[in-house]
Amino acid sequence: MLRKQLSGLIGAAALAGGLLMGGTATAEDKIGFIYVGPIGDHGWTYRHELGRQAIQKEFGDKVKTTFVESVKESSSEPVIRQMAADGYKLIFTTSFGFMNPTLKVAKQFPDVKFEHATGYKRADNVSTYSSRFYEGRYVVGKIAGKMTKSNVIGYVGSFPIPEVVRGINAMTLAARSVNPDVTVKVAWVNTWYDPGKEGDAAKALIDQGADIILQHTDSPAPLQVAENRGVWAVGQASDMTKFAPKAQLTAIIDNWDGYYIARTKAVLDGTWKSEDTWGGLKSGMVELAPYNEAIPADVVALAEETRKGIEDGSILPFAGPFNKQDGSVGAKEGEALDDGTLLGLNWYVEGVEGKLPK
Amino acid sequence: MSGFDWLVPVFLTVITAATPLVFAALGELVTEKSGVLNLGVEGMMLVGAVSGFITVLATGNYFLAVGAAALAGAIMAFLFGILTLSLMANQVATGLALTLFGVGLSALMGQDFVGEPVAALTKLNIAGLSDIPFIGPILFGQDALVYFSFIMVAVVSWFLYKTKAGLVLRAVGDSHNAAHSIGYPVIAIRYMAVMFGGAMSGIGGAYLSLAYTPMWAENMTAGRGWIALALIVFATWKPGLVLVGAYMFGGITILQLHAQAAGLNVPSQVLSMLPYLATIIVLVLISKDESRIRKHAPACIGKIFHPAA
Repeated sequence: MLRKQLSGLIGAAALAGGLLMGGTATAEDKIGFIYVGPIGDHGWTYRHELGRQAIQKEFGDKVKTTFVESVKESSSEPVIRQMAADGYKLIFTTSFGFMNPTLKVAKQFPDVKFEHATGYKRADNVSTYSSRFYEGRYVVGKIAGKMTKSNVIGYVGSFPIPEVVRGINAMTLAARSVNPDVTVKVAWVNTWYDPGKEGDAAKALIDQGADIILQHTDSPAPLQVAENRGVWAVGQASDMTKFAPKAQLTAIIDNWDGYYIARTKAVLDGTWKSEDTWGGLKSGMVELAPYNEAIPADVVALAEETRKGIEDGSILPFAGPFNKQDGSVGAKEGEALDDGTLLGLNWYVEGVEGKLPK
Repeated sequence: MSGFDWLVPVFLTVITAATPLVFAALGELVTEKSGVLNLGVEGMMLVGAVSGFITVLATGNYFLAVGAAALAGAIMAFLFGILTLSLMANQVATGLALTLFGVGLSALMGQDFVGEPVAALTKLNIAGLSDIPFIGPILFGQDALVYFSFIMVAVVSWFLYKTKAGLVLRAVGDSHNAAHSIGYPVIAIRYMAVMFGGAMSGIGGAYLSLAYTPMWAENMTAGRGWIALALIVFATWKPGLVLVGAYMFGGITILQLHAQAAGLNVPSQVLSMLPYLATIIVLVLISKDESRIRKHAPACIGKIFHPAA
C-alpha cells in the first residue's frame, strides 16, 4: 500500500521534473497514461502499456507518449492534474479507482481529453471504455464443457463484483450448453494478486474434483498448479502458455491497441467526442490465445463458430432461456440480458455451486 | 481406500503454505531474542525470492539458489544492522524502510525475469516409504526445504535454550547493559542475530519463488513477511510454537479455500479473515496472562544500545 503511495508521489515528482526540463516547445501532441500497477505485472497494466507503445508506433513523431506506473488510486489526483496542467492533449487513466480523480481534474481542464477505463461516470471531456471479457469466457466455456471429464470446472475468483460474476456466469452458461452435467465451483481469494493464495485456491478446486481451472486473478500461479497436477487451465489477460505449455487451453487476452490508436487519431483530427465504449471480440478488444493442440478439431471448430457468432451478433452469451442459481428465471426464451443488467450482475446462473458473497 | 484420502492433498497444500512462514518467523525470532526488532522481513523475503530465482535460472542449481537467497537476505539484514546497530537509527522506521526498499530492489532485480518459468524444487520420493497410504506422501514426499525447516526449528530451540551462546544471546536481548557490563560484545552478537534472521527470511522467500509458486513476480510474498512477524508474538517467542502457529495459519487458509470449493455457504470474506482473527484472539488470550509473555519476550526489544552508557 505504502509503496504504491510513495511510488505515486515519486512518479508525480519525476513527472514534474521531466516536464520542467522538457519545456522547449515542440509540435508533437502529448499523450499521457496513468497506470495502477507496474508495467511488468504480466497482466493488466502490461497490456495497457502495449497499447501506449502501439500509439507511439502508429503516429511516430506526431505524438509523444508518457506514462506513470504504480499510481495508487487514492493519491492519483495530483499525478493526473500535473499531466493536465502541462498541456497533455489526451490522458488515459487505466483503473476503476481513478474515476473520481479523473472527473475532478477534467472539470478544471476542459480542453484536455480524458479516457477512463472500466468506469461509469462521463463528462464532455471524459470518455469511458471497457472490455466485454465475458465474451471470451463464453467461448472458453464451450471448450471447457467439452474437455472436462469430471464435469467439475473450478474458478478462482478475485472479488465478487459484477465484472467477475459476469465471467463466471457466461462460462457456466456456455459449458452447460454443450454439457448439461457441468457444475462450477468458485473459490474467492479476495485479492487481485497473491500468487501463493491463487495457487492454493486452484489446488483446493482440483482436490475437490475440478479438472479445468479458470481464474479472474492476475498471476499465472493457478496455471502453474494446473500444469503440475495434469489438469487444464485458461490464461488470463495475457497469453500465459510459458507457465503452462501443456495445461493452457487458450487465454483471454486484453487488447487495447486498436482503441487507443483510434482515440488518438480522433484527438489529432479534432473529431474526439465523449463516448462510452464497451468492446468485445468483434472490436478486437478481447482476443483468444492460440488453442492448445491437444483440443480435438471438432471442439476447436465449435469454439471458432462461437467466436464468429459473437462477433457477427448471432450469438448472445446471455440469451435465454436459462435459470438463476435459485431456480427462478434468469432470461426467457428469445430474450437476453441487456447491458444495464450485465453491468450490475449480482447473481449466479444455475450450475454454479456455493453462495455468491455479497 | 479410506474415507480420509481427501485429507492427504489438504495436508500437502498446508505444508507448502506454512513452510515460508516457518523460515521467516524462525529467523526473525532469533533477531528479536537478541533485542532487535526488524520489521523488514517482507523486504528481505522478496530480495531472497528474486535472488534464488535468478540463481536457478543462471545455474540450474537449487542448492546454490537457496544459498544465494540466504546470502541476499543476510546482506539486506546487514544494511539494517549498520543503520540501527552502528548508526543507532530507530529500528521500527528503519525496518519499514527496509521493507519498502526490498520491494523496490527486488522488482528492479527481477525486471527481466518476470514471466520466466522454472521447474519446481523436486519432491523427495523414497521408493516404498512415499507410497505408504496417507502418511507416505505427507511424511516422505516433501521437498528438501520442508525437512530443513523442521530441522531448523529443532536447531534454533536447542541453540537458544541448551547452549551457552544461546544463553548469551538471550541475555543480550533481555538486558543489553548487563550483558555489556560483564563483557559480552552486544553489538557484534546483535549483528549475527540480525543477519541470521535475514538469511532465514531470504530462504523463506526462495521457498516461494522456487517451490510454492515457481516463478518470479513483483511483490509475490503478498504480506507473508508481516504474517511471520505476527506469528512470533502469537508464539510468545517460542520456536516450537512458531511451527504450530505457521501450520495453523496455513491450515486455516487452505481449509477455507476447500470449504468454498465444497460449496459451504460461509461468506468468503469471513473465511479470508479467519486466520487473522485467530491471531488476534490468541494475542488477547496470552495478553491476559502477563507472566507468559514476560517470561519469553525479550525485554530490550527495539531499544537502542548506547555502549558508552
